[in-house]
Amino acid sequence: MAERRSATRSLATGVLRAVFLLLILGGVLVAGSTWYNGRQAARQAYDRVLLGAASDIAESIRILDGRPFVDLPVSAFELLAQAPDDRIYYSVRDPNGELITGLENTTVAAFEASHRIDPVFHDAQLQEEAARFVQVTRRFAERDFSGEVIVTVGQTLRARKSMALNLMIDALVPVALAGIALLVIAYFVIRSAVRPLEALSADLLKRDPYDLTPMPTDGLPRELQVMLDAMNRFMQRLERQLDAMRNLISDTAHQLRTPVAAIRVQAETIVEQEDEVARERTLARLLTRTRSLGGLLDQLLSRALVIHRTDSAPRRPLDLREVALDIVENRDHELLAPEAEVRLIIGEEPVMVMADEFSLGQAAKNLFVNALKHGVPPVAIGTEMSNGEAALWVQDAGPGPKPEVSSRLGQRFERSDRSREDSTGLGLSIVDAVASAFGGRVEMETKQDGFRVSLLLPSVSDRGEGRK
Amino acid sequence: MNGVVQLVALLLISLMPLRVAAQEAVALFGDGATRITLRSTADITIIRPVMERFVAENTDLSVSYEQWGSNDLFANSRDACDGSAAPADAVFSSAVHHMVWLVNAACAGSYQSPATSALPLTRRWRDELWGITEEPAVIIYNKKAIGDADAPQDRFALLDLMRTKPEFLRGKIATYDIDASGLGYLFAHSDSHEATTFGAMLEAFARVEAIATCCSADIIRGVAEGRFLIAYNVLGSYVESDLNPAVGVILPEDYTLILSRGFMIPKNARHKDEAGRLLDFLLSAEAQRILSNIGLVTAKDPSESGLLPSARRVIAISPALLVALDRNKRERMFSLWDKAFEIYNIP
Repeated sequence: MAERRSATRSLATGVLRAVFLLLILGGVLVAGSTWYNGRQAARQAYDRVLLGAASDIAESIRILDGRPFVDLPVSAFELLAQAPDDRIYYSVRDPNGELITGLENTTVAAFEASHRIDPVFHDAQLQEEAARFVQVTRRFAERDFSGEVIVTVGQTLRARKSMALNLMIDALVPVALAGIALLVIAYFVIRSAVRPLEALSADLLKRDPYDLTPMPTDGLPRELQVMLDAMNRFMQRLERQLDAMRNLISDTAHQLRTPVAAIRVQAETIVEQEDEVARERTLARLLTRTRSLGGLLDQLLSRALVIHRTDSAPRRPLDLREVALDIVENRDHELLAPEAEVRLIIGEEPVMVMADEFSLGQAAKNLFVNALKHGVPPVAIGTEMSNGEAALWVQDAGPGPKPEVSSRLGQRFERSDRSREDSTGLGLSIVDAVASAFGGRVEMETKQDGFRVSLLLPSVSDRGEGRK
Repeated sequence: MNGVVQLVALLLISLMPLRVAAQEAVALFGDGATRITLRSTADITIIRPVMERFVAENTDLSVSYEQWGSNDLFANSRDACDGSAAPADAVFSSAVHHMVWLVNAACAGSYQSPATSALPLTRRWRDELWGITEEPAVIIYNKKAIGDADAPQDRFALLDLMRTKPEFLRGKIATYDIDASGLGYLFAHSDSHEATTFGAMLEAFARVEAIATCCSADIIRGVAEGRFLIAYNVLGSYVESDLNPAVGVILPEDYTLILSRGFMIPKNARHKDEAGRLLDFLLSAEAQRILSNIGLVTAKDPSESGLLPSARRVIAISPALLVALDRNKRERMFSLWDKAFEIYNIP
């Protein structure tokens, strides 16, 4: 078991891995966004520096003897030195594009000289290094000079890049720490979430394989309870099946021993009997015995089958009226009690239940046969709906069994003193088993016009059928 | 000694076409198999102990040391950058604004080591330019003509002296010619941004007919000989190295510019790794001690240098130095300068 657990991935590892991947993914996203934000912030900050320097230079232009003269301010360059490691470009050009002053031999990618008065930023190469430029235009309208003087200031991007990087790292370090903290917390949370599961597995491992008692579900998470409930139900079913099997075996053994012994004795008597008349009588008794034994076998098998089916056969929506109708139409009663009058009392509306047709049919037949055998004709079979319960009932005109008998009715092999030779006492126990298997019950009542036994089952609406 | 010095007379220069930049002198240090070319503005005589120590420690290397004027070195480095001249393996110049320009123009290669990373931010840029030395710009004076008590301890005192004794000082004040000396220009540029005294100084210089001339050695000799009484913005290291009892040195108390010579490895240098070793050596404690001995690194301690920390104005190696090379800026500086000085050539 331990080997298999290590070979297959554990739940905790799987979840932790997913959390880790999620955090990595989140980290990458956050890193990307902080990198972008940092770059924007650095660009803004240094664009201002660039613009400040350019404006400073533009401000220092004077007209001297009819031509622009730049008294280059050191402050502009000190401002640019805020980016301490970046190369600088500057130029001041007159309206004809002639250089008034500036770094002349510096190669700068040409760009469209715009005639806008507001500053224009653009990216270009400065001596084969990426750089950012700003162009500021100053207009002169003097007596001896008029026109636009264009100041261009550029700077390489080292400071911007390092600022962007620093901003990103500043933002990422807390995120990374938070990520690690989350991972640690997730580890502990997952461990504690999985602990009941591990306890459960340990419990199951320790369990005796023949122990089918339900597992305790107290204090477990709801998800586990569902699983455990399903498992408990399964185990109960298994136990019921085992019980049924045990019952069948013991019943069969118990029930068959006496009749078979009686049959043997009678057969021996016949062999020894010399008197023809007595032999005839004993033979007739033997016949009755074997017939009764056959009935008993039928009942035993039928009961075993019913109990097996109620646990294993799928449940279908079923109309109780059809069950009752089938019973009457089978005309078994004509064989059992040809003289008895039989009535069928069903309504217009279907009486729907979820059940196994065969089991229900056996139960109904047993009720019916019981009434025919033990009751007083006429015997009626019918269905009805009462208080949301579907009922299949059988009624005869007799007074019903005595109270001390009826209290024990339904137990196996309970025979009334009126029971005839061929009664097995299994009939009502089948009915009882069917009722409890489908969530219903058996009710007996003595009415003014007779004794009624009802099989009450929870009804399902027509819609339930329609959905199917 | 393995330091074989070759001083080359500048006869060749007169044979060459005019304006072609060339070294003033060449010295070969060491006899290692790998020879690295170092182009520098520092006088060979001054830098010698450092170079000798370097080749003694790195026997596989030899150094071809070329001494250049700062402007010529700048022109040469630019040519080397666009491939029209043979590149040096390292460039070491006092005109750091030139070096900043070269780095900004992507002419430098990158190098990183624990020693370079330990430098303060004012002494490195982009891991392509490093400040090796700390040299003050000083006022020197002739001790015989001006008593120690009368010596101007700051620029205000110098201004007062020029105002009160114009006749005494007429034609007797010298400073670098900013046109001929990249370093002189850098000092003037820094002065112009440091304090408003710069305008007053120029005016006063004009009034006493100050002399703008070239080259530290000449200025110092002039002061020692009494040809000049005062020289303004002279690189302190040169004064200390040929310390002359007749010359007094003042670290101006209002502010003293501190220059850090720039070291750069050109991007197309052939021996970059070796140049990096030279750089690491120059930044090592040992080399810094030698540099301190020869006056190229001033003591930080005020009690030793007589310089208050608040008066130290380090010329930071930063892109702000690009302003010094701005066309309009130079134009303006030269027009101011030319009004104040008449160019005087030492005979």
